[in-house]
Amino acid sequence: MHDTAIALIQLGAVFFGLGLLGKMAWRIGISPIPLYLIGGLAFGQGGLVPLHGIEGFSHIASEIGVILLLLLLGLEYSAAELMTGLKRSWTAGLVDIVLNAAPGAIAALVLGWGPVGALAMAGVTYISSSGIIAKVLGDLGRLGNRETPVVLSVLVFEDLAMAVYLPILTAVLAGVSFLGGLGAVGISLAAITVVLVVALKFGRYVSAVVDSPDPEVFLLKLLGAALLVAGLASQLQVSAAVGAFLLGIAISGSTAENATRMLEPLRDLFAAMFFVVFGLNTDPASIPPVLALAVALAVVTTLTKVATGWWAAKRQGIGKLGRARAGAALVARGEFSIVIASLTVASGAVDGELAALATAYVLLMAVLGPVAARVVEPLAKSVRGRSAEAAAV
Amino acid sequence: MNVEVTPLPGIGTRQDFMIRAGRRIGVITYRDGKFELIVSRKDDPDDCSASVALTPAEAGTLAGLLGAPQLVAHLDEQHRDVAGISTRQFPIVPGSRFDGRTLGETELRTRTGASIVAVVRAGSVHPSPRPDFPFEGGDLVVVVGTAEGLAKTTDVLDG
Repeated sequence: MHDTAIALIQLGAVFFGLGLLGKMAWRIGISPIPLYLIGGLAFGQGGLVPLHGIEGFSHIASEIGVILLLLLLGLEYSAAELMTGLKRSWTAGLVDIVLNAAPGAIAALVLGWGPVGALAMAGVTYISSSGIIAKVLGDLGRLGNRETPVVLSVLVFEDLAMAVYLPILTAVLAGVSFLGGLGAVGISLAAITVVLVVALKFGRYVSAVVDSPDPEVFLLKLLGAALLVAGLASQLQVSAAVGAFLLGIAISGSTAENATRMLEPLRDLFAAMFFVVFGLNTDPASIPPVLALAVALAVVTTLTKVATGWWAAKRQGIGKLGRARAGAALVARGEFSIVIASLTVASGAVDGELAALATAYVLLMAVLGPVAARVVEPLAKSVRGRSAEAAAV
Repeated sequence: MNVEVTPLPGIGTRQDFMIRAGRRIGVITYRDGKFELIVSRKDDPDDCSASVALTPAEAGTLAGLLGAPQLVAHLDEQHRDVAGISTRQFPIVPGSRFDGRTLGETELRTRTGASIVAVVRAGSVHPSPRPDFPFEGGDLVVVVGTAEGLAKTTDVLDG
């Protein structure tokens, strides 16, 4: 009984503390993710307060956090939206991949983490945080802006890219050879194609399996299905996260909307735990050595994302201010970079330093993203004003 | 009017159009049924100077306020063949004489010869209201009658 009491107190303190951090974060206009990570760093390994007795729970909770993060990423866009997104924005999507995956990959190669590390870091610097971006666009009242569909379509493309990337990454991390890797690419492309076709043609059947008018039954079936699929995928060496993600894509229509509404609070709870556990397993002492590199990566990948957004918006005939807004909106990286880093580190295939670099990088980008989206307009206007003045002189 | 429909993946749909004053005006419909009224900025048509969140009820009310003139125009069109008859709308000002009283109490038909054909309230139209229909402040009363009858109606409903 005594142990249970201590575990409850520890868990309560952690959640309450995270709640306070989250409140503070949104008040100053940034995402709470970096604060959760810092919270995690403060506890556990090399941190201020060691946590004992809740490791078992926090471990499984963080796994569920990853599953829910990816299930909701899959639910976020319908299969039809993904298909139109693919048709309309594949050029912008390719520019996005080339510009933003390259800096991470190059950094990993320079650090001598090999091709596997390069693949992982490419993902970390590539994937924008759709969660942070959607929230910031809503908060700033930019959903009605003309450049916003451009931003969203880039996010939709990234979503699809994740569907291909994650299975490849997990296959490579599991140690398959180059040829095996090619096989994994083939299998993952086939899997995502099958899931998209199923979602487009038979989505209502998949939805019917989990759907129920009773919220309680619906929640239990949904969560049960997600954990089952994730567990089976994990058993088949494709990673639990990928399974959940593909299930999310396969669920469609109103079922998907209800599922999103129902699972959001659960995701926020377990994802917070995931960030804390990731922070927990990262030794704070390992951050300072990689900080300079993280800052350099942050600067470079901020510029590359801005360039991506600028270019994509220009193609749609958006004005210069709108292009700058689109670029800045895309800067935020967050949850999915951490998911990629955690998959990589958990496999043990890459130096543990990657976790430190990814943590430092996301700490910077999750703060920088919302700030960039906010300051871009005054900044762009003052630059324009100054150049106009210069022209007048 | 050319209304542009733009899907916003993961959020909903944006429907907007250019108005003569050179601004984009429109509505974002969220997946969960909320609405947002958007008005673009004059100096930057890509950006929005206002985006106002509306509940479905509020959106309905706004639609009614903007739609009432159209109802009147429509009725006017129908009465065009009958010489000397036209349609007009009168607001029931909150706190005014008939706010909270019934249609019958206005004795409009007896006093002016004009008749109330519809009441627009909170975005919805109540056609052919009966004498026991209670008015509320903010209602728009649609009246059909002769020019003289309508002029008298103004006096009755204002007085």
